[in-house]
Amino acid sequence: MKSMRVQEHPILGNSEKKEAVTIYFDGKPYTAYTGDTVASALLASGVRTLRKHEETASPRGIYCNIGHCFECRVQLNGSETVRACLTTVADGMYVTSLTLPKGASI
Amino acid sequence: MIDLLIVGAGPAGLRAAIAAAENGLHVSIIDEFVKPGGRLLGQLHEEPDGSWVNGVEEAERMYHRAIQLGVEISTGVSVYDLAETPAGWSIYTTDGVRESRCLLLATGASETPIPIPGWTLPGVMSIGAAQVMGNVHRVKPGHKGVVIGVNVLSVAIAREMQLCGVTVDRIVLPAHNLISADASNPEKMMESLLRLSHLAPSSLMKIGGKFVSPKLAARFYPRNGFKIWGIPIQLRKTALEIIGEEQVRGVRIAAISATGSVIPGTEEIVDADFVCIAGGLTPMAELAAVAGCRFHYVPQLGGHVPLHNERMQTTLKGLYVAGNITGVESAKVAGAQGRVAGLSIADELGVLSAAGKEKIKEAVDQTVHTRKHALIQFNQGIEEARHALYTEFQQLTDKKISV
Repeated sequence: MKSMRVQEHPILGNSEKKEAVTIYFDGKPYTAYTGDTVASALLASGVRTLRKHEETASPRGIYCNIGHCFECRVQLNGSETVRACLTTVADGMYVTSLTLPKGASI
Repeated sequence: MIDLLIVGAGPAGLRAAIAAAENGLHVSIIDEFVKPGGRLLGQLHEEPDGSWVNGVEEAERMYHRAIQLGVEISTGVSVYDLAETPAGWSIYTTDGVRESRCLLLATGASETPIPIPGWTLPGVMSIGAAQVMGNVHRVKPGHKGVVIGVNVLSVAIAREMQLCGVTVDRIVLPAHNLISADASNPEKMMESLLRLSHLAPSSLMKIGGKFVSPKLAARFYPRNGFKIWGIPIQLRKTALEIIGEEQVRGVRIAAISATGSVIPGTEEIVDADFVCIAGGLTPMAELAAVAGCRFHYVPQLGGHVPLHNERMQTTLKGLYVAGNITGVESAKVAGAQGRVAGLSIADELGVLSAAGKEKIKEAVDQTVHTRKHALIQFNQGIEEARHALYTEFQQLTDKKISV
């Protein structure tokens, strides 16, 4: 896959070197950089689906990217529900998709 | 208890904080985004003289000035309720309750979504989302995308995506439905596009300059559009559906008549790995509604706005508004309004000298001047609509006094 990171930019200049950290999404490790949000780090790794819709199980990802729409909600460290686009990464962060277990209903 | 709490660390909030703190007020700002700057952060545009305005740098300058003046800025904090108290306002946040004598809502605008079939697929995002991904997080929204919706924002951000190394295949109109309304009509869109001519003089003059009316321009608009910065803008093509199973694979488009009806037999599929929906902006005023502000519906300002005067006061004591919550305009206007609000609040709290009071008038004039000379005019008739709003506010307060 071609890189999704914008390393060079004619006006904004080149990206600063940032510290690499590891985050986990549904158990799989991904490399992220300090300052990334969960949403931008996963997109940079090619992950677009962040959860399945509670009723229809259709895949969902980011929509507004600034916290308005709540489409990117994920579970953080097994407890809190957060918006992936407003949550900055930390080393070892454990993020899970909000998919209802098979057979469960709401 | 602080003097002023500001919700929103964009250009309006930061400029207000600076003006208030310069007059000795104790000011805090909260914002739910990960860094201060608001929508200035993604902005990048070329001025007529060829220089670039970099929103990230502008935001940093304002942030440092505010910090220097002792303003406290917390990011990653959301506000979910407000209540008027005898001493001022209580603000309920995800980081506890804050108490302040005055409150400024500088929450900005939100994007209007245009639901079309397939719009919930991963890879479909608002045009602003793509801007933040590319310019703030420095991650491409995808490799090749289609933008749905032709307006000031979509054309400007398509260019920004190009600068990030992303291919924007084309910009088309959204399928006609109750929500897309005028945005699906080539004639109406031609009108708004002609207002962009100063952004890309050569290509737009070529098409727009030929025709006396947007109606004619829409009728004779080339089927494959014309290009701005190499990006085809196709006013005579509509996006019927976004296709894909697990994520975006492409967009099903068709040719349309000058008034927007689909021409049978012209359907085709354009490959893309992401899609941006550009439905325009509307003031984000929920908190003003929760507080109990009186509202007005003003289409020229982008929707429902809290009733306010030119000093940025609302109908509630100690509650002020500034920036796009008062109407959709450019970041420079938002900043100018922020300064007015900061000075007005300093006046309400009794810390302005006679010379200081003079500054409020100057700041109000400066806002009008900035509006008149703004490079990007989102809607027409803004100044007139604002004048009507301020008159309405004046009549209401006069009535209150006479009762």
